[in-house]
Formats: sequence, C-alpha cells, structure tokens
Amino acid sequence: MITASSPFYTDEHHEFRESVRRFVAEEVTPNVHEWDMAGEIPRDLYYTAGAIGIFGDGFESEYGGHGRRDALLRLVMLQELSMAGSGGFLAALLSNYIGLSPIGRFGTDEIKAKVVAPCMTGDAISALAITEPSGGSDVARITTTARLDGDDYVVNGSKTFITSGMRADYLTVAVRTGGEGPAGISMLVIDGDSPGLSRTKLDKMGWLSSDTATLYFDDVRVPADQLLGEEGTGFSMIVNNFNAERIDMAAQSIAFSRVCFNEALAWARERSTFGRKLAEHQVIRHKLVEMDRRINADQAWCELLAWRLNQGDDPVAEIAELKVSATQAFEFCAREAAQILGGASYLRGDTVERLYREVRVQAIGGGSEEIMRDLASRQLGL
Amino acid sequence: MKVAVCVKQIPDPAVPGELDPSTNTLNRDDKLILDESDSFGVELALQLVEAAGGGSVTLVSMAPRSEVSGLRTALAMGADDAVLVSDDALAGTDALGTAKVLGAALGRVEPDLILAGVESSDGYTGTVPEQIAGVMGIASVTFAKKIEASDGMLSIQRQTDDGYDEVTCPMPALVSVTGGVVEPRYPSFKGIMAAKKKPVDQVGIADLGIDASAVGFAGSRQETVAVVDAEAREAGEIVIDEGEGFQRIADFLAELKVI
Repeated sequence: MITASSPFYTDEHHEFRESVRRFVAEEVTPNVHEWDMAGEIPRDLYYTAGAIGIFGDGFESEYGGHGRRDALLRLVMLQELSMAGSGGFLAALLSNYIGLSPIGRFGTDEIKAKVVAPCMTGDAISALAITEPSGGSDVARITTTARLDGDDYVVNGSKTFITSGMRADYLTVAVRTGGEGPAGISMLVIDGDSPGLSRTKLDKMGWLSSDTATLYFDDVRVPADQLLGEEGTGFSMIVNNFNAERIDMAAQSIAFSRVCFNEALAWARERSTFGRKLAEHQVIRHKLVEMDRRINADQAWCELLAWRLNQGDDPVAEIAELKVSATQAFEFCAREAAQILGGASYLRGDTVERLYREVRVQAIGGGSEEIMRDLASRQLGL
Repeated sequence: MKVAVCVKQIPDPAVPGELDPSTNTLNRDDKLILDESDSFGVELALQLVEAAGGGSVTLVSMAPRSEVSGLRTALAMGADDAVLVSDDALAGTDALGTAKVLGAALGRVEPDLILAGVESSDGYTGTVPEQIAGVMGIASVTFAKKIEASDGMLSIQRQTDDGYDEVTCPMPALVSVTGGVVEPRYPSFKGIMAAKKKPVDQVGIADLGIDASAVGFAGSRQETVAVVDAEAREAGEIVIDEGEGFQRIADFLAELKVI
C-alpha cells in the first residue's frame, strides 16, 4: 500500500511487499467477488499463501514460521492483502493468526508440531473460539466448561461468531476449568473432527467469503496434553491475543479506507456531471482530501506503533485508540466513496459496496469501539 | 545440472520512463527491478534442476551502479548465486556488445544450459540471446515453451505460429524462453531472507578481458539517431445497428480476410 520512502521499512519489507502484491494482483483481486458469491475462498489459496510465508510471522522456524515477530512486516503483509478490497478473503485466510498465536506461545512441542506446522504450509486451518452466545466482550464470564476426566478434558458449551469455524481443522477454545471469573479460564486445542463437536454456519451482512459459525460441544473429549500452559492462565492469553488482533484490524481498516479512496478518485476523474469531471467540483475534491487526510494520519500512527512493538513496547491504550480511529475513518471513507460513486456503489460486486457492508465488522470485531475506549481509559488511569 | 539464466534489471515499467535526450537511451538512474520476461527463465531453470535431482542455478546480469535489486528477487525465488557485470564503461553498449560481455561472464560459470528471455521489456531488440550463443560458439534454440534434459541432451518444444516444433540438441546450449510458459513462483519470506546471504560475484570488464573500446558508446555499432512519438490512435468507426449490423461486421471481417 505504501510506496513512498519511510524510516521504518527495510529492503526485506519492500521485497516481501512486492511478492504479496503480485500474489494479490494475480490471484486474489480478480476473484474476490466470485468468492463472495460462493461463500468461501478456495482451499488451494492456503497452500500458495503458506509457500509465500504469509502465515509465518511470530512462529518458530522449526515449525515453518519466520522465526521472529516483526510488526512492520506483518503490517506490510496485511495491508497488501487488504488492497484486494475484501475483508472476507482476509478473515478467512488469516484466522490462523488468531487461532495459532496462543499455541505458538504456550503450546508444547508436540502440539506445535501437530497444529502449527501444517497450518504454516496451508495443509490445515486454525480458528480461535472465545465468544459465546450469552455474551461477547465480557470474556471473563464464559460458561463453556472443561472437566478433567482421566487423561481427557470433557468439554460442554457453545461458541459463536467463530471465523473459519466451519472449515477449521483445529480450534483454540476458551473454556472454564475452574471457578468464576478470569482465574477459572483455560485454553484448550480441540481437533475439528472430535466426536460431539457440531457446527452451524451463520449468514452475515459482509465478509461473505469467510465462513462464520456457531460451535456446539457435547461431551467432547480432548486429550489433557492439549491444554495450553497451566489451568487458569487462559484469560491472559486471550487479552494478549486481542492486542495483536486489534492492531491487525486497524492496519486492515486503513488499507480498506485507501481502497475506498482509490476507487472514489478514479471515478471522480472519469465521471462527468454538469459539464465537468466530478473531480473538478470543489465539493468532491474536499471529500477526497478529507479521506486522504484521515488515512494518512492513521497510517503514520499505525507504522509508529508497529515500530514501537518491535522495540518491545506494549502500547495497549494507543492500539485501542488507533483501532477506534482507523475503523471510524474507514466508516467515513466508505460512506464518502459511496457518495462519490453514487448508484455504482449500490451494485453488488462493486468494491465500495462490499467494503461498505464490511465496515461494521471492523468496528465491532476484536473489541468494539466502546470496549476500546473503556480499555484505553483504564490504561490511562482514568 | 548447472543452469545459468541471463536476467536483465530494468526500470520499473509502472513508472513512466525517460529518455536521455543527449543519447536517446533509457534513463536508468532509479532502482532497477527484475524484468518479468526473465522470471520465466528463472522458474524453468529451478524446475529443471529440481527434476534433475540436483545442481545449481546461476544468474548472469549486466547493470549500472552495481544494481542488485532485480537479482535479489530472482535469488529469493531460489537461484543459488549470481554474476553481475557492472562497469561505467558499459554505458551505451549495444546488443552485440552486451552479448560479448554476457558471453564472457557466462564463460566463467561454465553452465550445461543457458536460459534467456526472448527479449527484454525495455530494449526489445530480441537479438541478445542468439548473439551470446554465437559469441560462445554453442547451439541456440529460440522460443522454447518446454524443456527437458537428460544424458547431455535437451528436448525442447519450440513455439511456432502453427503449434510447436520438437527439437533436440546437445548441451551446452542457449535456449530462449517464451514468456508465460510457466508460472513464476512468488519469492517467499524465507527466500527473501536467504537471498541476502547468497553470493553475487561483481566483476568489471577488465576482469572479463574486455577492452573498454569494444563496449559502451564507443564500441557500439548501433545508434539511436532519433526518437519520435508514436502516432495517436485514430478513433474507431461507430456503427449504429439498424438491423444490418451483422452484415457490416461480416463485410468488415471479409475485408480483413479473416473470414
């Protein structure tokens, strides 16, 4: 997405950007509408993405990862993938990141070899399952239980709004192994073919090419060695995961805003009204400049936060604030682009039409605006 | 099996190019990238070495200012190493001079097979590969769409207007590769990181035993004497179909001798 010189990016960032950009131009952008209509992305796409190294950031090289975490490389990758203008494609392909992160950090060598390695190559798909039908943002009150019985946990309960929930081969699931509150929560890796696990597909406003599911666990037996870390440590894993997910969603939202801007700019230069190009009307020019201004501000902030993450900082409050800012800018840009495109933006298959429908999930998923503000205020000691 | 691939590093086609008005040659001051038409040769070379069960792929390039950006892309795809000829004396070198320089560099590599794109995406002379073969005194096969190697022999499907010819020739040989015949792999993250450590042998013309008077503007037998803009395309004829449109189309195609 960014081509201008920058103090943050190295040659390897630029080279990886070119590779992902070519992949997106050749294999993704021409097909995103067809995938929306099909309700899924092709399975082969995971293999290609795996070969490029799209899943590897933050995972150990012995399991096929990059062997390091580089928030700037991840930013580059996410934004190039986002330039296809389809959040559904992105959510489906990258459910691995949220599903695998707790395994990469807290799993045993055995579980990493079993789950992380095949997901890195695209041979398997992972998903994260936290939200329950009874409550979303209030993670500390989850009710799905895991009771130790011999060498197994027996899991009962349900999860909903699970990205890649229908097709995931492995599910990283928040369960209650102890008493009430955050201290009773643990994380379990559950095989997708476990007896007692059933799935129901959810239809959505947007993200049409990404499957989303409700999962039901009825006496699902899970080997106890598929517990991540110690019992009762799940809440901190979830919180940690959310932080990465939020800057990822901010980065995507900024790129989606840029796609809206590009679409609107191209249309404004092409389309004429009242004897002049749209772009020659002051009201349209001001809309475009306002879009560009907000995108550039969030992009600069996002790059700075990614750089700070690479320095070892943990800017929780600013990442929460950035997510609010970026998703609101995306909402603004999608609306203004739709105003500039007019009727064309109301046709199914148009890029702005798709992104307009996907605004809401960016503003809600990974923590709603309201939760983000509350988190930031607590971090600021208010 | 040892395969060498001639690769050119060219100005980014996405950026409008500029000519130097004093020489009518392309300005190459900005970063250069791998010519996409050469990525097919790199991919074929990698596939041939994989099929042979071992060997190496060496890139050979000539570029100003010790430019390696395009080479890094091909190394990230999986090539093993590179020879880069870079020398101020090479500015303005014509196609034959380029072939002499690349031929000398390839002589240091001693490959079983040399692959090259049919033509570059900036110069478009389409003559350099065959001139390299001539300079080196080895067989040359053009417009390959498929290559197999075994027992010192190459079996090549050579693209023609009507289909393809099946050609065999002994190695060493130079084969020019038609664009689009394979799907070049995407450079992977691991490939990009590995490429940083792969050797690039940078040489000047003195290292190749080439005299400065034989290359560059001085040694060039070609000169671009003038550059003029292409004529603007004229607007097409718009025919309003009033029930006879099909006949107009048929007449038009007949006039072109298409039907």
